[in-house]
Amino acid sequence: MQHDAYRAMWERLDLDLPAHDGLLQVLGKFYGDIYMSQQGRLQGMEYLDFVLSEVHGLRIQELQDAKAQGRKVIGTFCVFVPEEITLAAGAIHVGLCSGAEAGTELAEQLVPRNTCALIKSFIGFKLAKLCPFTQSCDLVVGETTCDGKKKAYEAFAEHVPMLVLEVPQQKRACDRELWKAEVLRYKAEVEALTGQTITAQSLAAAIRTVNARRRVLQRLGALRAASPAPISGRDALLINQVSFYDDPERFTGAISTLCDQMEARVAAGEGVAPADTPRLLLSGCPMAVPNWKLPYVVESAGAVIVGEESCIGTRNTRDLVDESGTTVEEMIDAIVDRYLRIDCACFTPNSERMDNVVDLARAQKADGVLQYTLLFCQPYGHESMKLARRLEAEGIPNLAIETDYSMEDVEQLKTRVEAFVEMLRSRRG
Amino acid sequence: MAEIVALGIDVGSRSMELVALDAQAAVVDSARLPTTFHPVAQLAALLAGRTAPMVTATGYGRELVGQVVGSEVATITEITAYALGAAVSAPRARTILDIGGQDTKAIRLDAQGQVLKFEMNDRCAAGTGKFLEHMATVFQIPVEEFGVFALGGREGVRINAMCTVFAETEATSLMAQGHRPEDIAWALHASVCQRTASMLGRVGLTPPLLFAGGVARNPCMVRLVEKLTGVSPIIPEDPDTVGALGAAYHAWRRWASSAQSAS
Ligand code: SF4
Ligand code: SF4
Repeated sequence: MQHDAYRAMWERLDLDLPAHDGLLQVLGKFYGDIYMSQQGRLQGMEYLDFVLSEVHGLRIQELQDAKAQGRKVIGTFCVFVPEEITLAAGAIHVGLCSGAEAGTELAEQLVPRNTCALIKSFIGFKLAKLCPFTQSCDLVVGETTCDGKKKAYEAFAEHVPMLVLEVPQQKRACDRELWKAEVLRYKAEVEALTGQTITAQSLAAAIRTVNARRRVLQRLGALRAASPAPISGRDALLINQVSFYDDPERFTGAISTLCDQMEARVAAGEGVAPADTPRLLLSGCPMAVPNWKLPYVVESAGAVIVGEESCIGTRNTRDLVDESGTTVEEMIDAIVDRYLRIDCACFTPNSERMDNVVDLARAQKADGVLQYTLLFCQPYGHESMKLARRLEAEGIPNLAIETDYSMEDVEQLKTRVEAFVEMLRSRRG
Repeated sequence: MAEIVALGIDVGSRSMELVALDAQAAVVDSARLPTTFHPVAQLAALLAGRTAPMVTATGYGRELVGQVVGSEVATITEITAYALGAAVSAPRARTILDIGGQDTKAIRLDAQGQVLKFEMNDRCAAGTGKFLEHMATVFQIPVEEFGVFALGGREGVRINAMCTVFAETEATSLMAQGHRPEDIAWALHASVCQRTASMLGRVGLTPPLLFAGGVARNPCMVRLVEKLTGVSPIIPEDPDTVGALGAAYHAWRRWASSAQSAS
């Protein structure tokens, strides 16, 4: 493998090389089992296979090269951090993934045991020196969303340069004011970090870049409404996951080619599974790379996933920033409004999320909704109960799953998911 | 004996059951064995050379059945199997409660017997037959008599711990405080039932309620389910084999439709 070429770089980034080798090996095997075993994949997925195989290699090399030219790298954990501002100041924006179990014992020395797997993962990856992205960051931006993250950032700040944005919990006029102040504070911080002043021109270009990526992912989502489903849920999830750390323009181009292939498939009435395959919408907590456990269980049980109502899915792509602004001030307002439309469970009462899930389930012609909640996640745990009632009232079958990143419960998950799929099949008659 | 056309096999983590149906879908044979750590050998013993044109397997070890039967085996989950089993043994049932050795399920059915909603607890012994078995050992009472013993208890003592190990500690300290063993036994049953009742609540208990699984033989549990839910449950003749019966019925339906298309 070309790994040897990257060793010096990983060493410079202070990774724990033996542990990191182990991680790459496990990841490679996991990817092979879950992804390469699929039949009838779209040709365009080769790009994703490549990007993923180079996630700790070429992409990190690109970041290092950019840094050598004076660019800054900003890491984030939440779709609330306005990427447009990062890009407008000439910095690189990456989502730090946190979708695997690593360094759990170390993490549990910094955060309580009953913390969700996602939080433990990003702390564990840092403490175990396994993530070259975190190691490449000039700044890590956190946000006051759930209590778990909010408090974890206090501990994390001792290990990385950290900025925490305050995200309001309601959406009244005064909350918008607070959020706008935070967006402006972020702008000032990024400008100070990069030494570049954001101009109307650079901000407009950044808005177009990020919107273009959202649009191509919207297009992908819309194509998945077709029956038979033109792409597996696993592949679609991977695309959404990769969107968080790939170069935005290159990514948009590659996915647009892939969408062309999907369009041809849909026109030919072809798909990855027979037309009578039960269709499921996933809904809930984000599934960060390489968290593919549930999609794999679902699609092995004979169903196909046709959408992800999550931050690594429609919550990140549904809303665009209005492009009609001409001054920085107008564009900032457009950004503030767009981000405040995010229907994260950290908001109260967040009833728009209930409507959005129902609308999405209908638009994707889903036979049922599979709710996914990470163990110990309060916000989504609460909303899962609320959403179950709403879906029931709408006559949409749903199953709520609570799990984490460990593999111990896979058999139990299988039984639940298979039973749900059998139930959907028998309903169809 | 009438000719067997369909076999249903339920391979649970503690025990496995077999039900055989004839062309009229009548039960002509059944068997039961513990699963042990050698499920494949036990399956061979359970089958004892029985074969049928159609075989359906269910339960956590359902994938193993194909290895033993030799012919093709259809598999369904326990949820579907119990719904089908209920359709045969208590066709009017709209809710099923199954408390087995290792897991608990609550299933709500529509008027046609189709699954509407289900809940499962299969991660933890609390709230299952395993919990009661363990406690019976602590009391040094055979598990079959533990329910009758507990019926002699009165309300008033409470067990709060969810975990089997902590519940045992609680029970022991209640004994040390001088509480009547029958009262403590009642409280232990009540703690299992409490969990069960909340599962039933989550699926939306609609009577009639079918109570299946080995624990349905425990009179104290039956009494408590009735007390906590206000619904008096139907107990099938053989509560352990509802899953196997459902699997057998699944196999029988496939047999009937293939017999039809062949003629
Ligand atoms: S779920 Fe909420 S807190 Fe988590 S990434 Fe999404 S918006 Fe941020
Ligand atoms: S999954 Fe839930 S608990 Fe975990 S970080 Fe996201 S909102 Fe917080």
